[in-house]
Amino acid sequence: MTTRIDTRLADLKAQGRAALVTFLTAGDPDPKLSLEILRALPKAGADMIELGMPFTDPMADGPAIQASSQRALKGGATLAKTLDMVRTFRKDEAATPIILMGYYNPIYIYGVDKFLADAKDAGVDGLIVVDLPPEEDEELCLPALKAGLNFIRLATPTTDDKRLPAVLANTSGFVYYVSITGITGTAKPDANAVAKAVARIKGHTKLPVAVGFGVRTAEDARAIASKADGVVVGSALIDALKGTLDAEGRGNGKTVSAVTSLVSSLAEGVRSARSA
Amino acid sequence: MNVSPTPNSFRNGPDERGHFGMHGGRFVAETLMPLIHELEAAYNDAKKDPAFKREMTHHLKHYVGRPSPIYFAERLTEEIGGAKIYLKREDLNHTGAHKVNNVLGQIMLARRMGKKRIIAETGAGMHGVATATLCAKFGLECIVYMGAVDIERQRPNMMRMNALGAKVVPVTSGSSTLKDAMNEALRDWVTNVGSTFYCIGTVAGPHPYPAMVRDFQCVIGDEVRVQMQEAEGRLPDSLIACIGGGSNAMGLFHPFLDDASVEIYGVEAAGHGLDKLHAASIAGGRPGVLHGNRTYLLMDKDGQIEEAHSISAGLDYPGIGPEHAWLHDVGRVNFLSATDDEAVEAFQQLCRIEGIIPALESAHALAKVPEIAAKKPKDHLMVVNLSGRGDKDLDSVAARLGGKI
Repeated sequence: MTTRIDTRLADLKAQGRAALVTFLTAGDPDPKLSLEILRALPKAGADMIELGMPFTDPMADGPAIQASSQRALKGGATLAKTLDMVRTFRKDEAATPIILMGYYNPIYIYGVDKFLADAKDAGVDGLIVVDLPPEEDEELCLPALKAGLNFIRLATPTTDDKRLPAVLANTSGFVYYVSITGITGTAKPDANAVAKAVARIKGHTKLPVAVGFGVRTAEDARAIASKADGVVVGSALIDALKGTLDAEGRGNGKTVSAVTSLVSSLAEGVRSARSA
Repeated sequence: MNVSPTPNSFRNGPDERGHFGMHGGRFVAETLMPLIHELEAAYNDAKKDPAFKREMTHHLKHYVGRPSPIYFAERLTEEIGGAKIYLKREDLNHTGAHKVNNVLGQIMLARRMGKKRIIAETGAGMHGVATATLCAKFGLECIVYMGAVDIERQRPNMMRMNALGAKVVPVTSGSSTLKDAMNEALRDWVTNVGSTFYCIGTVAGPHPYPAMVRDFQCVIGDEVRVQMQEAEGRLPDSLIACIGGGSNAMGLFHPFLDDASVEIYGVEAAGHGLDKLHAASIAGGRPGVLHGNRTYLLMDKDGQIEEAHSISAGLDYPGIGPEHAWLHDVGRVNFLSATDDEAVEAFQQLCRIEGIIPALESAHALAKVPEIAAKKPKDHLMVVNLSGRGDKDLDSVAARLGGKI
């Protein structure tokens, strides 16, 4: 079956450009502003949206996304509310794919079957669950594929050629290449190393390859977009959001535009990559 | 001597994917997976190598000071008036706790794998001190993540780690305690995966850690088997140990799991009480996934991890090792819990009548001894694991007793 992710990536390929995938944490800094940001993203130039499911212990994330999760949880975020947010978004946006990103425990506690049914019903297209390697595919990956959701797996610089086939086996939608060994929002990726890695992955799969971790500026985005099928930006957007908050972590009239203006600039970077 | 596991043994786990029943497994980021496979292969290889075992035995004897004594606590036995109570003196190991057994094994494995940079997380600081000690002995770089709250309540251990040349990194994210220190250690590991060995302090984390740490700690129970034969001519009738993650307990219990005559008790930290703030994952938690494994966890209805509380920083963790979780499910180990107040009382009792200052962790196990031992006949042999010494806890106990100790 074809999902919104497949359709969007095929369209962009036809246009000859990479996708801009933007990340935000559901409920950060509060439920209302978070929904406003989500709704504003497609118009600002986001081709796909990664929506973080807040978790108390995000082991693979850096300080920006950790703090973002904490703000959301403090504001009462739950997995059910994250799904409601997607449902509301879908009322007036049918084309932009939404990928839920997070850790397994909240899903496990929600109940895998119920989660997959509710996510599908809400309009979710794919899942990235950081702490579910292929060794644990029975937990969520296989049921998700059966439910018609893409299960997007991370490949990393430590994923060698021997391991890559196992990582790719049940991956769908696209492959998310993590450009650094490290947590989100820290080191800056090396465009040449990324190009080599993307070529290596493409030697094993026909799936598109998106690259993330450490992309902050339009320049970074342009450099990666010339080598990959997608560019994922997270921590830089969270930092832009955080820059508008008061000492108590409350947002204001500038919060949404701080994020969307950076997204517009990143989108320009991505769009100019292949023409440059 | 150890009894060889049989097909129906409680000692056969985990399966090849690291599962103990529904618990265990490998729930970590992809970056770490290749290294975890490498570690598993290196450990399997080391297990088969007689030279590894010989070197381990040598260091355990000459550096750690093993075997640790088993001590008949005559006055405690008299005061309680039931079972004959023996204490397994892990507090007499070099560095003052059982932690050193496991760290020695992991550091030897790290050297075998050519890793020069060691990271660890610590709660009470005993695992950090043991790691700093072995890194000093073998000339390895050592970084220890410790919650800012724990640094405050375990300052002497932080000073010990500094003196031993380790870098102690205060963790201020989340609740600033052990679980957050473990998150930070995992973040470091993901970042420095090529050069770094992560020395986990308890029988938790992704496979093969729970099994590997258990194997390194089984020296405790293996010695108890021999020592009780020497002292009494037979196996003990019951075993008791405290449980945070559960490594000292697993080390004592595992060699006895197939001896049906041996009753086994694990004591969790009930903190202010099981209906209030506590750290008893089995009594007050349910199965979930955190820090690389599935096990009983303290969490809210949405699967968000809750902060644990215990007067003992070493038990202050919202989970428990996956093998314990399974032993609870199958009913082989009885899990009890002791409150902060009960632990402090047991701490004072052992100081007063045996001249031994127990770690507050061990005091949780001691707290349940009176109610179990008093009901047993005088020929019942009970072994309590005295997992560590309590010098580090004097401030915590004094604070609880209103400054008087």
